[in-house]
Amino acid sequence: MATTTIAQILSCFFLLNIVLQLATTSFAFQSDELLVDDDEFGLEGGRLPDPPPETRPATSTRRRSAESGSDLDSKIQFQLEHAFGDSDFSPAGTFTARLKKWPNGGQTLTKLRFSRNALSQTDKENFKRLIEGDDFYQIRLPSNLLNQLGREHVISSVKARCLSQRDALDEHFVINMDGVNVLGVNYGPPGSCQYPRVSRPPTKWSFNSHTLLKYSNEVLRTPVFTEAVLGENGEGEELKPPERSFWAKYWMYLIPLGLIVMNAMTQAMNLPEEQGTGQPGSQGPQAISGRGQAPAVAVGIGLMDQRISAIEEEMHYQVSPNFLFSSSFRNIDQSKLF
Amino acid sequence: MNMAIRVYLLLFIVLSYSYTAFSLYEDQVGLMDWHQQYIGKVKHAVFHTHKAARKRVVVSTEENVISSLDLRHGDIFWRHVLAPTDVIDQIDIALGKYVITLSSGGSILRAWNLPDGQMVWESTLLGPNASKPLLLVPANFKVDRENVMFIYGNGFIHAISSIDGEFIWKKELASEGINIQQLIYTDGSDTISAVGFVGTHRFGAYILDVKSGELLKYKSMEFTDGFSGDLSLVTDDTAVAIDSIGTSLVTIQFHDGLISFHQTLLSHLIQDFRRAAVISPSNIPGAFILETDNSVTLIKVISRGELKVVEELGHATAVSDALFLPGGQQAFALVQHRDGKILLTVKLDSDDGTSNLLEETIHLDNQRGKVQKVFINTYVRVDRSNGFRVLIVMEDDSLFLLQQGEIVWSREDGLASIVDVKPVVLPVEKDGVSVAKVENNLFEWLKGHLLKLKGTLMIATTPDDVAAIQKMRLLSSGKSKMTRDRNGFRKLLIVLTRAGKLFALHTGDGRIVWSRLLRTLRKSETCQSPRGISLHQWQDPHHHALDQNPSVLIVGRCGDSLDSAGLLSIVDAYTGEERNHMEPVHSIVHIIPLSFTDSLEQRLHLLLDANRRAHLYPRTAEALDIFQRESGNIYWYSAETEEGTLRGHSVHKNCVLEEADNFCFDSRDLWSIVFPSESEKIAATATRSLNEVVHTQAKVTEDQEVMYKYVSKNLLFLATVAPKDVGPIGSVTPDESYLIAYLIDTVTGRILHRVTHHGSVGPVHAVFSENWVVYHYFNLRAHRYEMSVIEIYDQARAENKDVLKLVLGTHNLTSPITAFSRPEVSTKSQSYFFAHSLKTMAVTLTAKGITSKQVLLGTIGDQVLALDKRFLDPRRTVNPTQAEKEEGIIPLTDSLSIIPQSYVTHTLKVEGLRGIVTVPAKLESTTLVFVYGTDLFFTRLAPSRTYDSLTEDFSYALLLITIGALVIAIFITWVWSEKKELQEKWR
Repeated sequence: MATTTIAQILSCFFLLNIVLQLATTSFAFQSDELLVDDDEFGLEGGRLPDPPPETRPATSTRRRSAESGSDLDSKIQFQLEHAFGDSDFSPAGTFTARLKKWPNGGQTLTKLRFSRNALSQTDKENFKRLIEGDDFYQIRLPSNLLNQLGREHVISSVKARCLSQRDALDEHFVINMDGVNVLGVNYGPPGSCQYPRVSRPPTKWSFNSHTLLKYSNEVLRTPVFTEAVLGENGEGEELKPPERSFWAKYWMYLIPLGLIVMNAMTQAMNLPEEQGTGQPGSQGPQAISGRGQAPAVAVGIGLMDQRISAIEEEMHYQVSPNFLFSSSFRNIDQSKLF
Repeated sequence: MNMAIRVYLLLFIVLSYSYTAFSLYEDQVGLMDWHQQYIGKVKHAVFHTHKAARKRVVVSTEENVISSLDLRHGDIFWRHVLAPTDVIDQIDIALGKYVITLSSGGSILRAWNLPDGQMVWESTLLGPNASKPLLLVPANFKVDRENVMFIYGNGFIHAISSIDGEFIWKKELASEGINIQQLIYTDGSDTISAVGFVGTHRFGAYILDVKSGELLKYKSMEFTDGFSGDLSLVTDDTAVAIDSIGTSLVTIQFHDGLISFHQTLLSHLIQDFRRAAVISPSNIPGAFILETDNSVTLIKVISRGELKVVEELGHATAVSDALFLPGGQQAFALVQHRDGKILLTVKLDSDDGTSNLLEETIHLDNQRGKVQKVFINTYVRVDRSNGFRVLIVMEDDSLFLLQQGEIVWSREDGLASIVDVKPVVLPVEKDGVSVAKVENNLFEWLKGHLLKLKGTLMIATTPDDVAAIQKMRLLSSGKSKMTRDRNGFRKLLIVLTRAGKLFALHTGDGRIVWSRLLRTLRKSETCQSPRGISLHQWQDPHHHALDQNPSVLIVGRCGDSLDSAGLLSIVDAYTGEERNHMEPVHSIVHIIPLSFTDSLEQRLHLLLDANRRAHLYPRTAEALDIFQRESGNIYWYSAETEEGTLRGHSVHKNCVLEEADNFCFDSRDLWSIVFPSESEKIAATATRSLNEVVHTQAKVTEDQEVMYKYVSKNLLFLATVAPKDVGPIGSVTPDESYLIAYLIDTVTGRILHRVTHHGSVGPVHAVFSENWVVYHYFNLRAHRYEMSVIEIYDQARAENKDVLKLVLGTHNLTSPITAFSRPEVSTKSQSYFFAHSLKTMAVTLTAKGITSKQVLLGTIGDQVLALDKRFLDPRRTVNPTQAEKEEGIIPLTDSLSIIPQSYVTHTLKVEGLRGIVTVPAKLESTTLVFVYGTDLFFTRLAPSRTYDSLTEDFSYALLLITIGALVIAIFITWVWSEKKELQEKWR
């Protein structure tokens, strides 16, 4: 008993909430109804959540009866025709939709639904031939839905092999609309068309159809309120670019200056040292470093009978011109950089 | 030591100041650009040689230019280009100081100051019905001491003061539906006559009081055989016309309101008269010129309307108007072609027949065609006799001044009407050319190199040396060399003009390398009004067939309608020789260059005819083989603006024709898009340039996201507007107007994007490049021009961001793309206000597509503005974040600001601008820009600056000196240090 009540509630809920169209897949029937036209306004954008199978006519009748409340809207029906290669166009299915009239005089379609006719034996043969010959499967729709006679058709074609990539045939329509005019139809497989080319006829001769109605987008201009921004900040309180540090601004002057100072310093250091030659106390560090290299130096001056301290002094003076050189090279490098 | 420091410091300072300048300075103008001024094909010419002042000739042209030319050199003194709708009808000189122009079908009268071309006054002559505009400036006729001229236009005759353009009187003459053909005023008389036809069978004459405009008399008389064509005035009271069946000449005499007709059968006058004759519009008092299809005859009117043939003038002749000589005689010039030369005859016309005053033969090069127009002027020779100078307009629209049997000057004014441009690379410099020169004189060669070295090191001091170096630099700067250069700046521009002449212009200095008047595009028996349509690269050898010169395909049409027969010609791009021509072939509606070439590197072309058949060229078995292999992948589209449909086609099977044609294919419709005729009208389309290269497929945004560009060669941008908007300005209100922009895949006909701009109207100009389109239109609501950008990104590849995926190879970046897959695209767009109205739009092209793009805008002021694509970025925001700023995103502004320095044409104007052609140079950073209209302009652009080369003014000498100085400095310091070291050791 409880289950039936729930079922009743559910069905009532569904009938009353056609406009909202809750996820239909979870119900007892499945429909190709598009979820994007839920809100009756924006019909553009969005994608089909999952490829639902073919339409069941029972569903449509049920819905139509429920929808026939508003007198502004009217039902509209138009035919899809197809052709195999060079053959003539023949009926292939029917689109039904509701025509919604807006107070401003505009008309839009909502609730588009599509039912395809079953393929006849000749159609199947033709389709097989298309796949073998890698030819085009063509469809067409009337360009004006209210006044279908004498108007041009919008045509679209796709290589037949692209539709039959799985067991059944998959197709995807994007109908570009402007009021009641069909501008063009994007027709093809719902996903990609495989490469390398596979040309095998489908095992199941039925179409999985996905449809989408598309209306034009409006251009929205990003408003720019430059004046307002200025006003908020007040006069003179414009955001100043962050002050660059002293070093960032004047590094090109500072580096050569630094080098000059260093040069001058080493010279200045050398001068007092020259005066104080032979004072072992002042040369502690050099002596240590000198000792490390002492044997090599000793080879060069081995014939001279001298004390080690003399070698140490020599080492020291060798260092200073070298340093000058390296600093001058650095100077050159810098200038190249500039 | 101090010395060394000083040296380095000095060097450092020198180097830091020798940075290169990027923008163009005043003295750099003309270094890499050139500008040429033209006027177009001359329609009317009036000489002004009376005064002692500068001799000049005032001309009006078919490019709607009014100009004063120096009669000595052919230079332009001044020039005005009128709007294309304001067509000049007549020109004359009044008061000896004003140039008077009547334009817009007799509606606008202007006076320009003769010496400087300033406009003095302008009068608008309005009237209810359009009529033949006539201008009559009497030499010395005054009303109340004011010089007066008479203008007939829009059904009214006006007497207007020459000095200020004020109306003196006006009178409507069109009341009876009369079609006034001539205004007649005899000097000294007090009446002015206006004569014309009423319908086709009646001749009418008005006689008005010249001072007040009062209608004195109106007479008309019926002529039973009827008239055809125009009325030609012979004397003040005699006119001739041809009857309606074209078999006889009618002499009309009207004296004091008495009209009489006299009919003469043409077969009596001309020996073997067969077909229709035309009275040539030249104005020779007492006589007229009759042109039939095989002869030109000078016929004189003798008393009582009797006609007498004075002279047979032979074929292919042009005759000037008569010129009054001081002695009361009159002379006219006559130009004939004889053995490839021009025979100029000046005839003296007197009562007892004609005599030749002057006979000269002038040799002109044979690429000029026939003489179209002659204007004669006289001057007084040293020996006090009459000398004559003649201005002739040739078939190729060039202008010549002839005097004393010589060409004084010539102007290539055909270049003012360029139809299409194709760039061609120059030949490679042959090895050994310079060696051969060396062998001639080794000493000279050595001397040359020494001089070059001297020049480089700036040690050439003697004036001789400097002059020699200057000369050598000019030669070796190679700006105008006829060989390919490393940077690809030197190219040939093959240019097709409206007159059917092909020119090759050198990009270095704009000189004409060769020119050829195409035989195919000349008037012939089979093709009465040939017209060049476009140029196409036919053969561009760069892999095989290198011994062949490149060639271009010229496509033309006999007549204006799309289904008229087509003309094809193939011309060698280096020599200008016509290699092959096919004429008249099937109609040509569209030409598709295919991306395949045959073994001779001839590009395959598919020519579509009016019956929707596709014809393959070249017609060789090899080409057919290539085409049949690829025909499954060839798609094209056609947009029919009248019907508002867009259709996609593909090749189907061979045509079923009476005679089998293997190279003809039927097409079939694959898709169609129908724009509802009541709400949309196609306004503009744009596609990507076929030779555009895209370097990066992806764009990395500031947050390290990757956006893949949807780069497809098959995208079409199409804009439609409200059908009402096609009418004149103001025919649509902001609420009724809209502009819809589409992005359409042309293989499958999918509408990828559709967006509406409410309140916007055309004209729409668009440019498509890479994955973006920029379009320009007028926003009625904001009362401003607007530019919008749409960028299109591929969502199907958006998941390929994962590095792991890339490493493992599970990405789909290398998978082949088929147009039949459902594209997943997203778009970004933005609109900006823009200050200028545009004439045309283009985009820069570079060799590898790395350099950023600039949109080139041909403004209404005939200048070219380069606008960085960065300004048209849809991702601009009001307050860009630090990361966005680093990426180069400019803060969003309402309108695009114009930086004055970004005018490519700097101070110059390309009058009558019609097109911008961009050609990639070999140097990636640089693109070559050729702008054409009435003027030509060429320059080099580097949208991202020349990051890949040193500037031309880079001082190699300074670099050498610096290196040298450094080396010396190193040695000096080394020696110093050695010395010091030694000193220290011995201390």
